[in-house]
Amino acid sequence: MTERVAPTRTPAFEARLKKRYAAERRFKAIGLTAILFSVVVLVFLLGTMTVNGVGGFQRVELRVPVDFTQAGIAADPSTMEQPGALASLEAQGLRDVVQYFATEELGEEAAEELGSQAWRDVAAAIIADPSILREEVTFTLPASADLASGYEGEGAQDMQALAAQLAERGQIEKNFDSGFLTRSDATNPQQVGIWGALKGSMLTMIITLLLAFPIGVLAALYLEEYAPKNRWTEFIELSINNLAAVPSIIFGLLGLAVFLTLFPNLRSAPIIGGMTLALMTMPVIVISGRNAIKAVPPSIRDGALAVGASPVQVVFHHVLPLALPGILTGTIIGMARALGETAPLLMIGMRAFVATPPDGFTSPATVLPMQIFLWSDEIDRGFVERTSAAIIVLLLFLLVMNGLAIYLRNKFEKTW
Amino acid sequence: MSPAILLLLALGLGLAGWLAARARAWTFRRESADGRIASLPNYHAWYVALWIALPVLAFVGLWSAIAPGLVSQSVLASPAAAELPEFGFQRQTILNEARAVATGAAPAVFNPQAAALVEPYREALSHYNFIGIAVALLIAFLGGTYAFLRLKPDFAARTKVERIVMAILLGASLVAILTTIGILASLVFETVRFFGMVSPIDFLFGTHWGPDPMANPENPDPSRYGAVPLFWGTLFIGAIIAMIVAIPLGLMSAIYLTQYANPKLRSWIKPALEILAGVPTVVYGYFAALTIAPAIRDIALAMGFANPSTESALAAGLVMGVMIIPFVSSMADDSITAVPQAMRDGSLAMGATTSETIRRVLVPAALPGIVAGIMLAISRAIGETMIVVMAASTAANLSANPLDRMTTVTVQIVKMLTGEGSFDHPATLSAFALGFVLFLVTLGLNFIALSVVKRYREAYD
Repeated sequence: MTERVAPTRTPAFEARLKKRYAAERRFKAIGLTAILFSVVVLVFLLGTMTVNGVGGFQRVELRVPVDFTQAGIAADPSTMEQPGALASLEAQGLRDVVQYFATEELGEEAAEELGSQAWRDVAAAIIADPSILREEVTFTLPASADLASGYEGEGAQDMQALAAQLAERGQIEKNFDSGFLTRSDATNPQQVGIWGALKGSMLTMIITLLLAFPIGVLAALYLEEYAPKNRWTEFIELSINNLAAVPSIIFGLLGLAVFLTLFPNLRSAPIIGGMTLALMTMPVIVISGRNAIKAVPPSIRDGALAVGASPVQVVFHHVLPLALPGILTGTIIGMARALGETAPLLMIGMRAFVATPPDGFTSPATVLPMQIFLWSDEIDRGFVERTSAAIIVLLLFLLVMNGLAIYLRNKFEKTW
Repeated sequence: MSPAILLLLALGLGLAGWLAARARAWTFRRESADGRIASLPNYHAWYVALWIALPVLAFVGLWSAIAPGLVSQSVLASPAAAELPEFGFQRQTILNEARAVATGAAPAVFNPQAAALVEPYREALSHYNFIGIAVALLIAFLGGTYAFLRLKPDFAARTKVERIVMAILLGASLVAILTTIGILASLVFETVRFFGMVSPIDFLFGTHWGPDPMANPENPDPSRYGAVPLFWGTLFIGAIIAMIVAIPLGLMSAIYLTQYANPKLRSWIKPALEILAGVPTVVYGYFAALTIAPAIRDIALAMGFANPSTESALAAGLVMGVMIIPFVSSMADDSITAVPQAMRDGSLAMGATTSETIRRVLVPAALPGIVAGIMLAISRAIGETMIVVMAASTAANLSANPLDRMTTVTVQIVKMLTGEGSFDHPATLSAFALGFVLFLVTLGLNFIALSVVKRYREAYD
């Protein structure tokens, strides 16, 4: 038997084939590297934010025992339930009392580094439970920004020395700061919180949703179900597609030139921010809404028409309910994008320093991404951690919204 | 405050009309011989409710736009306003303070001049609030009566209601056109004002950018308004550096995901890329400014460059490129998947390896879609604001060195409009001219990309 040799399998062919297989492996490796690069960047980004942000949820505090039996502060429970309770405690000199006990305990130098608003924490504790006035209570009160960075081993030499001294005596510690979620912006990183920005974001999102969702859904219904195929409709479609790709800052210019000219008193109010973001979100909802409506099979329309429903009844009784999960998915994704948006709001003046949470749609407010932007400009090291912590909160919100969208998409995914 | 009340009023009256009309339609039904009427009672109800609510809503919209003007006009006409300082910032502050107190937004006044204005403000507010509510009631009454009187057993309420619904649907889809017109109008109007002060030629072809918001607005120095360095910076950061990162990485990611990855890996990587796409740009900007820019400066120092800056074009461009990767990869993914399987099978059957098939068959076939995706990506990159605001500098610089400080169109728009400048100053107005250029360029890119995508999709359908 002679050995069978394929006529093409010459040494030159083998060499070529080897080269081609090597090229194949190289190409595949490059593809994998590209993906891994994106994943590594994502992990690195989230990792940096988490490492920095963990510190942001904490603050440096001084232990101060306050003996209320010596302080002579009066507070009967009924007064403490009234809105003027804080003012009443301030008038009784609570601030000086706290300062006195701090000096007693920590020494003159360290007591000066007690945060200027520290007495408010004591006041809040009294308001919550006036009975503590009959005993001695040890508070952990926020330290000043200088002392805090001294504790971290940064900043001025004397602060570092002071912090080391206090640490030796166990009078300074870094604790979880539950107030970070309930306070608002301030000038001192030890005192800031994100509640004001969070509330501003929520109010803005409510306006955005109330405007963009109905307009977007109705426009999608019209274009997909009723619009005659003519140049007019084509023009509407063209402008919606273009609006979806217009840079967000242009919407800010529109808001500045139109909304703020019409309503000059509402500068940096959630209602103007919401209106601006609604114009930006609406095209996204229209496009995803049209896809969801298109996916409803024609047989459902034909069936309804056959039993005598009018075109409007067909759409509102049959097509819309079936398309709603898909529309909601698109809406959540559009809202998530609006929630993270900063540039258009920068244009309409939502970058103001707002130290109290907004109490309505028309009061000055800031939003979470804007708070991140404002804090990122601060030089103080304490703000770096706070910024990362705020970013973690923002990313968690976005993750929940996107997760909800994916869940809805999977749950209501239908094959007709 | 007042628009909210009017809004509730409109809805409340609409509900009342709805209930009344429904009750009326039910009596028709009971009285008719065979228990049938032309439309269901609910349609009668909606007909009346819409006739009440829609005119009132239209009035509320109009009123909330004009009422504040009327209020401040009548306050200015009051005797207390005669002592106000002449036009300007101070005057506005006093007026704002008085209004805040009058509406209950602020507890007390600080400025004695504002105190005198609180009472006139309160009067004017209650006066115009009263007018607003009275007119709204009148409109509701007229609309409601007209609609109610038309209700008859043989009245085709459904047809009428459906006609109104169609009008609402059409109106909703017109919002997109109104927005486009609004964008164009506001940009064009301010741009024309700007070009009245600085010639378009100086603006489009000048190479020195350094507007001075404090300079005399009557006599701006046109040589300070040359926008070429901004256009170059935008192009360099968004269309060159970012695309050098995003195109190869995005394209290779899409190829690997569609051609090589097994479904399990794919189901993990796709959401990861979606997360990367969902990260807000302010976070990317912070990342660029805090982590990437200092790292680049350190590397540049180590490599022996003199005085590298922390605000380099490279830092902004790299991070922007990462932001664009998921965008490019999903567009490329779509167009590669759209290539018919037969073409791929044919190539593989001829003995080509997978990578040869991809490079010689799939990518060329998908090229129009990929190019369109890249154009959309560029359009997104040059319109991106927060990353460049936080990581690029404000120094206009005409240079090809990526380690140099460079500024972009969007950075300058933000800088010009968040400063203290007045709205009649060319420095402020230049932001709108820059916005207009940005709008036109992105519009052009989007337009070409969308029409390429459309034509390309049709080819395989």
